[in-house]
Amino acid sequence: MAGRVEGKVAFVTGAARGQGRSHALRLAEEGADIIAVDVCGPIPNLQYPHATPEDLEETVRQVEALDRRIVAREADVRDAAAMKAAVDEGVAELGHLDIVVGNAGICIVAPWDEVTEEIWDDTVDTNLKGVWNTVRLTAPHLIAAGGGSIILTSSAAGLKGLPFITPYVASKFGVTGLTKAFAHELAMHNIRVNSLHPTGVATDMGQMGAEYPRMLEANPRLAGMLTNSLPIEVTEPRDQSNAVLFLASDESRYVTAMAMTVDAGNTQY
Amino acid sequence: MGRVEGKVAFITGAARGQGRSHAVRLAQEGADIIAIDACERFEENPYDPATEEDLAETVRQVEALDRRIVASKADVRDFDQVKRAVDEGVAQLGRLDIVCANAGIAGRFNRAEDIPEDEWVNMTDINLNGVWRSCKAAIPHIRAGGNGGSMILTSSDAGLFAFENISHYVSAKHGVVGLMKTLALELAPDMIRVNSVHPTVVDTPMVQNDAIYRLFRPDLENPTKDDFAEGAGAINALPIPWVEAVDISNAVLFLASDEARYITGVPLPVDAGAAVK
Repeated sequence: MAGRVEGKVAFVTGAARGQGRSHALRLAEEGADIIAVDVCGPIPNLQYPHATPEDLEETVRQVEALDRRIVAREADVRDAAAMKAAVDEGVAELGHLDIVVGNAGICIVAPWDEVTEEIWDDTVDTNLKGVWNTVRLTAPHLIAAGGGSIILTSSAAGLKGLPFITPYVASKFGVTGLTKAFAHELAMHNIRVNSLHPTGVATDMGQMGAEYPRMLEANPRLAGMLTNSLPIEVTEPRDQSNAVLFLASDESRYVTAMAMTVDAGNTQY
Repeated sequence: MGRVEGKVAFITGAARGQGRSHAVRLAQEGADIIAIDACERFEENPYDPATEEDLAETVRQVEALDRRIVASKADVRDFDQVKRAVDEGVAQLGRLDIVCANAGIAGRFNRAEDIPEDEWVNMTDINLNGVWRSCKAAIPHIRAGGNGGSMILTSSDAGLFAFENISHYVSAKHGVVGLMKTLALELAPDMIRVNSVHPTVVDTPMVQNDAIYRLFRPDLENPTKDDFAEGAGAINALPIPWVEAVDISNAVLFLASDEARYITGVPLPVDAGAAVK
């Protein structure tokens, strides 16, 4: 039986590990070839280990083990020149582009009065400008292909003002808005644009959750905001990838400008 | 292995259109079906009613996929009829996992102040109260299974924003969103997920008729299907006039399957971008 995205090519940012790797693998399982980028290096103030070149190599190994092709590059989503080179080279090698997953992002937990200018700029540049770069540099290829599907990773924090991550909330609300604006402008090219809104996911980035208890102790009334309504604490990367797969596939050919929550009901409170 | 293999789905309005499409799509992916339809004429509807022959055709199409189906004539305005159908279906098929509360009518078009009271009451009794009755009848069975479940309520783009001349329809479909969100919270402890789908114009008998053509093209005396396509397409962002029933069914299938196991409380538009326009 043909895969659900058989013959398509997907560009995935932040693909070295975590949700990005999971998206690459899920799409490859269903027949897509992959163009993968990741910064694979340190970002100041991170409270969890950064992705490495070895992580990206592991993504390559796992995609190739599925008999799909993959072009992987180390590139920072904030660096338009490096991103453009990665996208253009990937499309040249794999022939076309159909799916874009703007997944790369960082999250640094700090109460409002401990957020530095460096934390603000790194977060907003990576999570918002990086997504803008991703769309503007890939859309010409989707137009050339006659249409496509773009999935931008926002967050439950892109719909709800979760505490102790103000730059992250600002950047992710930005992604929610950017999704809808791009959806309009690109609709005439038969390109769909939707956002993904995860609650907590069991990844390396998820380790930043360990920072919360100290802050909630100082401000306990906010603890309920982090609670999922389904009785689970955390989702798996594959749960997010299944939503990405649906939005990437032709099964959702008329779904656009949607905020898809995979959040165990977190944003319903 | 199908994406909803071994599950049982209860579908209202299953004689034709989106309801039949949901039944067939879920059956293709391994589900057995409990189907109901009123199969009755509603005087205010400007289109031919679904018939018992239509429902029999749904049965034939599901059985052709080697899946089981328990179908009966039942009206979502009557809780006892709905409950009897669900209870009987579960008795025969052994469990319940999925609900597609899809039954609805389009009604007659009027300014709000000109809608006859009986038409307002009937509209909300079918398109909103009927959804609640379908959920009410199904929830005990899903909960009893202990496996969680997924309920998909059919709202509309008219459940997200307004259209003139169908205030009763808009009100009922907005109400479905409130019901969906409340049920999502109330049923979360049981791992029962509740989401809604919001179609734009779908190519089914409910919309392919002269009255709907005139609703979308008040500028023309005798609008044709092509004229309607132009008017209907104007509400969409993607350059298409309408979507097919299977497009809604693919969204229903995703929400029904375990692929969406942590998705609840979502209004999912299958609307070619109409909602953000």
